[in-house]
Amino acid sequence: MARIDQSANRLLLRELVSGMWLTLRYFFRPKVTINYPYEKGPISPRFRGEHALRRYPSGEERCIACKLCEAICPALAITIEAEPREDGSRRTTRYDLDMMKCIYCGLCQEACPVDAIVEGPNFEFAVETREELFYDKDRLLSNGDRWEREIAQNIALDAPYR
Amino acid sequence: MPKLTIDGVEVDAPDGATVLQACQLAGKEVPHFCFHERLSVAGNCRMCLVEMERAPKPIASCAMPAGEGMVITTDSDTVRQARRGVMEFLLINHPLDCPICDQGGECDLQDQAVAYGGDRTRYEENKRAVTDKSMGPLVNTVMTRCIHCTRCVRFTTEIAGVSEIGMLGRGEHAEISSYLERSLTSELSANIIDLCPVGALTSKPYAFAARPWELKKAESVDVLDAVGASIRVDARGASVLRVVPRLHENVNEEWISDKTRFACDGLRRQRLDQPYVRRGEKLEPATWDEAFGAIGERIAASDGKRIAAIAGDLCDGESMLALKDLMGKLGSPHLDCRQDGAKVDANVRASYLLNSSIAGLETADAVLLIGTDPRREAPLVNLRLRRAWLEGGAEIGVVGPARDLNYPVTALGAGTDTLTALKDGKIAFLETLKNAERPALILGMGALARSDGAAILAVAREIADLTGMISADWNGFNVLHTAAARVGGLDLGIVPGAGGKDVPSILDAATNGEMDIVYLLGADEIDMSRFGDAFVVYQGHHGDAGAHRADVILPGAAYTEKHGTYVNTEGRVQLGRPAVPPVGEAKEDWKILRALSDVLGHKLPYDTLGDVRSAMVAANPVFDEIDIVSKAEWAPFGTAGALGEAAFELPIDDFYLTDPISRASVTMAACSRELSGGTEKGTGTNG
Repeated sequence: MARIDQSANRLLLRELVSGMWLTLRYFFRPKVTINYPYEKGPISPRFRGEHALRRYPSGEERCIACKLCEAICPALAITIEAEPREDGSRRTTRYDLDMMKCIYCGLCQEACPVDAIVEGPNFEFAVETREELFYDKDRLLSNGDRWEREIAQNIALDAPYR
Repeated sequence: MPKLTIDGVEVDAPDGATVLQACQLAGKEVPHFCFHERLSVAGNCRMCLVEMERAPKPIASCAMPAGEGMVITTDSDTVRQARRGVMEFLLINHPLDCPICDQGGECDLQDQAVAYGGDRTRYEENKRAVTDKSMGPLVNTVMTRCIHCTRCVRFTTEIAGVSEIGMLGRGEHAEISSYLERSLTSELSANIIDLCPVGALTSKPYAFAARPWELKKAESVDVLDAVGASIRVDARGASVLRVVPRLHENVNEEWISDKTRFACDGLRRQRLDQPYVRRGEKLEPATWDEAFGAIGERIAASDGKRIAAIAGDLCDGESMLALKDLMGKLGSPHLDCRQDGAKVDANVRASYLLNSSIAGLETADAVLLIGTDPRREAPLVNLRLRRAWLEGGAEIGVVGPARDLNYPVTALGAGTDTLTALKDGKIAFLETLKNAERPALILGMGALARSDGAAILAVAREIADLTGMISADWNGFNVLHTAAARVGGLDLGIVPGAGGKDVPSILDAATNGEMDIVYLLGADEIDMSRFGDAFVVYQGHHGDAGAHRADVILPGAAYTEKHGTYVNTEGRVQLGRPAVPPVGEAKEDWKILRALSDVLGHKLPYDTLGDVRSAMVAANPVFDEIDIVSKAEWAPFGTAGALGEAAFELPIDDFYLTDPISRASVTMAACSRELSGGTEKGTGTNG
């Protein structure tokens, strides 16, 4: 009996037909591929993308040069130098981030006591040379200015879970 | 010796110990803030609470003398709860600004809050804020962080001997204040930075520079005075960021002077980072080969008798030995390590040491200071003298200018005539010395660094013998040096050989054109205008006076950049270790001399540090005994002669600017302006 079934399946191309049937079904479903870069998929508020240094609404930079991010960074990607600013406050004179060393673990933003260094939603920062991936303080601050709205929204959305 | 039981462990506490110390003896950790074993007991932080059997409530262990049969528990529920309560009170007004606080990472309050505190606050009211006080160019204050342990107040009053800060107000209104918003005038003021258990007092020059976990630490010794304090040099990358004290009971206890601590920024300025050769009027950068070639040419054209060498005040033993050997091979007897022309006798070790030892000075009960100002020449020796007065009631007499020492002194006179009168018994202080059990005299460079120095040395020796300063277990004859290299140099015999000239004679000869070549090994404190037409080679680390006059400059390493052997004023051989590599093309000094000797065709017989150190031991066995003070034998020294008329002049005018490193330091310049009344001298490195 089993032998008859096997022969019938083979003769009638049942596997091929079932496969084509599946294909035909997907034909009429909505498609999952998107037209990147013109279309983009949704990302989580916890997404860890390109880094940014944020500012307070007053325009004052948040970073206070406590060096906790530098200390916790497992890839040693962060280099900070600090000295008193003219008004006596503690500020960085140098905040370098080597984006090629970075492993995007997000420990820096976890360590930051003032939410200054954050990993924003941007993941499109591919460049043509290595040098462009050595980020300095100006670059990180300008990232912060550019992405502040999204970053602030993500932090607000994630806040209930912290 | 009371016997206590601490957590079931029996310990014998020494007499006069507190319960806290007994607990530490038993190996139990008791958290504390205000208690410090070198300061008086205050008992005001309440963190050291422990439980004592038959006591109704926890006791403050730092203020409770250990008694026979006490049964102490340091880790019960009651104790833990009490500590948590105290910590909660301490944190009520302490700001949550650890991320911007320089103490972060090395803060007692931070550590103990983690270990003994609760995990959340119940305090919802406003915290109190306190205005910051001005304490001068060295100490930064953030008084809101203060927890009123009063360690700083007790240190300045008891140890530094200046009553310039205190606590005003009570309870919520208590504040540490410098009364008149004036700078602290003590040479030891910055030790309150280390003492402060929180971040209320932090270092101003080091503000926000680094975190303790990023620093590479090297245990070394200080060379900016002759005390040789034990220090730890903290560096990040290639720059020395700070210097902090290390514990050494017999030398510096746990204090260091402000110069030792803060002159390190001078190590980053005015450095010689490559060889230079003078072409025409200008010093031009050169390679090592060119520099050695220029020296070789001149030496080949000269005679050994017309070559002289002077070793400076910051030199290590290794380089001085290499210099001596090189001069020996060149056939020159003109060699000296006494830039100031001090007439000390290199043949008798007891004649140039602080024989009582630094710690021993504490036990002296009558002290005669001759031509010295210990407060500025060696603040850590001065601290011992102050303790001798404070605890032993020592009487202290001064011959020479008596500046504001921080203990009462009897001013006996100004110069040599006083010394002669004292010797002849015309001054009553001689009786005081005679009647004392442990009399001592301290002979400073103000008395020795003059043309009649040898005769003064002889008179001082006479006074020492006359008043019974020398006995089997006590030697009260002391010479207080101002240069870290001096005793090491004398031990190695860096003095004129047979027919050789000392520093004043070398200068005279050079002025008269009788010297062709003068080799300065870090020597900057001499009159550079007196070298005439001589060809001057300067080997050193700073562009100071010597480098300006030099015809060839060989860049050497500063004390934080090389392995070095230093002998302090009491004859203690200590090792300095490098914290950072030498700047630019600079090399360790003995290696430069070794390389130069090869070019000159007189190759020195050592290739490794071990070889040089063996050669040093061969030259003088004391170099084999690291960190040991062996008693120097009392033998005849000093040449009696005519004494000059002039009064003694103190060798140090400005405590903050005494050597190439401190003269290049911005911090020291600020201190000098603010505290020494601005006696800055233009040396070429001050700006």
